[in-house]
Amino acid sequence: MSRRVVVNPIACEAHGMCAELLPERIALDDWGYPIVDGRPLSAEMIEHARRAAEACPTFALLIQADGTPIRASSGASQPAPPTVRNVRRRPEPVIRRQTRSDLRR
Amino acid sequence: MSAVLATTTGPSIAWYLTRATGTVALLLLTASVALGVLDVGRYSSPRWPRFLLDALHRNVSLLAVVFIALHVITTVLDSFAHISLVAAFIPFTSSYRPFWLGLGAVSLDLLAAILITSLLRRRLGFSAWRATHWLAYACWPIALVHGLGTGSDAKSKWMLAITIGVVLAVIAAVCVRALRGWPENARLRGGAIALSGAFALFLVLWVPSGPLSSEWARRSGTPTSLLPHATSTRTAQVGR
Amino acid sequence: MSATMTATLPRLLLGIDSERALSLEDHLAVHGPMPVLDAGTRRRFGRHGNPGGALVQEIERAGLRGRGGASFPTASKMRAVMAAAGKPIVVVNATEGEPASVKDRLLLQSLPHLVLDGAVLAAKAIGAEEAIVCVCETNADLHSVQRAIGERRCLREGVQLQFSVVPNGYISGQESALVHHLNGGPALPTFAPPMPFQRGVQGRPTLVSNAETLAHMAIIARQGAEWYRQLGTPTQPGSALVTLSGPIAHPGVYEIEHGASISSLIDAAGGLSATVRAVLIGGYAGTWIDARAMHGVALSDEHLAPFGASVGTGVIALLSAEACPVAETARLMRWLADQSAGQCGPCVNGLHAIASTFAQVATGSAGAGAAQNLARLISLTRGRGACRHPDGAVRLVQSAAQVFGEELANHAAHGSCAACGRHAEMPLPAWSNDAREDRTRRTRGLARSSSKLRVGARA
Repeated sequence: MSRRVVVNPIACEAHGMCAELLPERIALDDWGYPIVDGRPLSAEMIEHARRAAEACPTFALLIQADGTPIRASSGASQPAPPTVRNVRRRPEPVIRRQTRSDLRR
Repeated sequence: MSAVLATTTGPSIAWYLTRATGTVALLLLTASVALGVLDVGRYSSPRWPRFLLDALHRNVSLLAVVFIALHVITTVLDSFAHISLVAAFIPFTSSYRPFWLGLGAVSLDLLAAILITSLLRRRLGFSAWRATHWLAYACWPIALVHGLGTGSDAKSKWMLAITIGVVLAVIAAVCVRALRGWPENARLRGGAIALSGAFALFLVLWVPSGPLSSEWARRSGTPTSLLPHATSTRTAQVGR
Repeated sequence: MSATMTATLPRLLLGIDSERALSLEDHLAVHGPMPVLDAGTRRRFGRHGNPGGALVQEIERAGLRGRGGASFPTASKMRAVMAAAGKPIVVVNATEGEPASVKDRLLLQSLPHLVLDGAVLAAKAIGAEEAIVCVCETNADLHSVQRAIGERRCLREGVQLQFSVVPNGYISGQESALVHHLNGGPALPTFAPPMPFQRGVQGRPTLVSNAETLAHMAIIARQGAEWYRQLGTPTQPGSALVTLSGPIAHPGVYEIEHGASISSLIDAAGGLSATVRAVLIGGYAGTWIDARAMHGVALSDEHLAPFGASVGTGVIALLSAEACPVAETARLMRWLADQSAGQCGPCVNGLHAIASTFAQVATGSAGAGAAQNLARLISLTRGRGACRHPDGAVRLVQSAAQVFGEELANHAAHGSCAACGRHAEMPLPAWSNDAREDRTRRTRGLARSSSKLRVGARA
């Protein structure tokens, strides 16, 4: 069964931990958002991928197995799809994203 | 005479441990708040990648929880003041300095909420976790005031130094947190900074006339049987 | 299924009256009675072979594809809804967020019963008992739909027809955004899975179908797949509604057969009223085609594919030679960037950066390497949103770079041209100026209990 890493672009808030923990599959664009390589994960990478998915503060990184998204932590049931209640604040339409450069102090 | 003192009314190991673990817990909680602010502020550098800061915040917080658990256990075990386990969780139910100890129970309850939601993050969802996490800003000052009110070390110089240090650290952290994203929600942010300033002012006004005063033990609600003058008369009689 | 109708146009627009909506009586007189189907029994896909009633099979034979822009095979979608667990529900998507398209508005205004026929037939085929007609705020004054719903009460079709108003917005009509709105949230896309056909409105399998698609369904059900396939191309059978705009004698909605040439359409519309520089096909997030290449172009996905274009929402917007294509594209690009839901970083940032860079090129203030930067930004933005909005916007700019290369080079070198200041030809809707939050706040859709819906008005 092949697994790949997938990002939920709505949940993603460009924290960037995924790229640090799985650079083989994730790079960051100009604005700090992940560019995900959709190739299957090798056996050694799966643990790193799980760690990266666990590290994501907004649960935006998912591990997908053959078209079915599974939880980052093993064994648990699938998370409920985002309902109105779980939708966190969405960003203003005006661009106000922090880029990686202005995060460095 | 000192030998007699030691065998009759000396404090137990548990009493020392509870003070020690309480102090360490305070330091760890302060570190946790500071790291949390850096984490949400997305601080990173080549030597401090994001995942490291995030993991450090989580681990320091867990360590703080461990020390608070030890603090509660040693407090309960200590025979001097007879504080029950229930009093550690349900505020204001102890016989020893009920209000100030109760604040500790409040702080513990808040911390328990934060801990549980953090451990069950995936199941509870992002919003529930985020909303509860804000309680950390309430948990910390309550814990500090609890320490000053109940603690036996409030008058010592090193404890004062620690107190000043942690207060400055957390106020700085709150200001950094409030200013990130300025001027969105300016009122809220300004309010937060004002509130932390007010807290500092409260401490400056209260601590010298409160915990640092000689009568504090009696005023804070220590049962009369445990007050120092009672024990000192007994030892004086033995000694003579 | 009567074979009285000859295989010519008009089909959907047959009997249309420009003054008023066709009443139920007139509608039935034009198209014939509603066909009777065997009840689409709900069987799990795969366990009992090919499920679905005769209608789904007929639609599959007819090769009907969605007319909302994505062109997804309708029969496959219906089967997917039937295979999912739960009581299905039909959503008629007549929001028409595309500014240059008015075909859905026309259908609702003048031929509401055709759309409702399709909705009822689709509901019966998939085993649904409810259908919700969704219109955007600007079309909320179309009382024709509510009146038509009222007229149908006497038919006792067993399908409850409801009506919902959606906030204005380019992406409000996106499938998951529509479902999100109907569930009580903002009209913004959600991350799939689950797809609407699995869990949509109230967590039920939802068939979201464009109004025109359902209109086609209504005539296929009456006339049959063979009749339907007599027009169009083998890969894209049947007819379609297109909105023709620009320097043309009679702009408006036309019904064409797939594969018809643009030239024949222009002739049918009374010919050009000015020289044309290029045509924008598919929508504002569509593809520019040079006028010189235009006359050989046939309107079907197959023939448009070499140009990187597709029929999409049927928008055919001609741009006159007097207008500045660079300025127009810059305007449209800025509008598309502003219409982003604002949920996905690559879309919000990418479209903004592309719009800004393109605007700089248009005014001659872009530095050297702007073209490479634009290409890089395009590759960064494409495919990285939760919906296809960034892809469409990027397609507009990319086709502009190919078709208007000369003008772009002139603008980059010399700045704005004389035509830049002209009154814009491609109209943008008036509601664009409203803040998105206000638009979302103003209207609320289906809450958990459907009793909060505004059901069709009493006759």
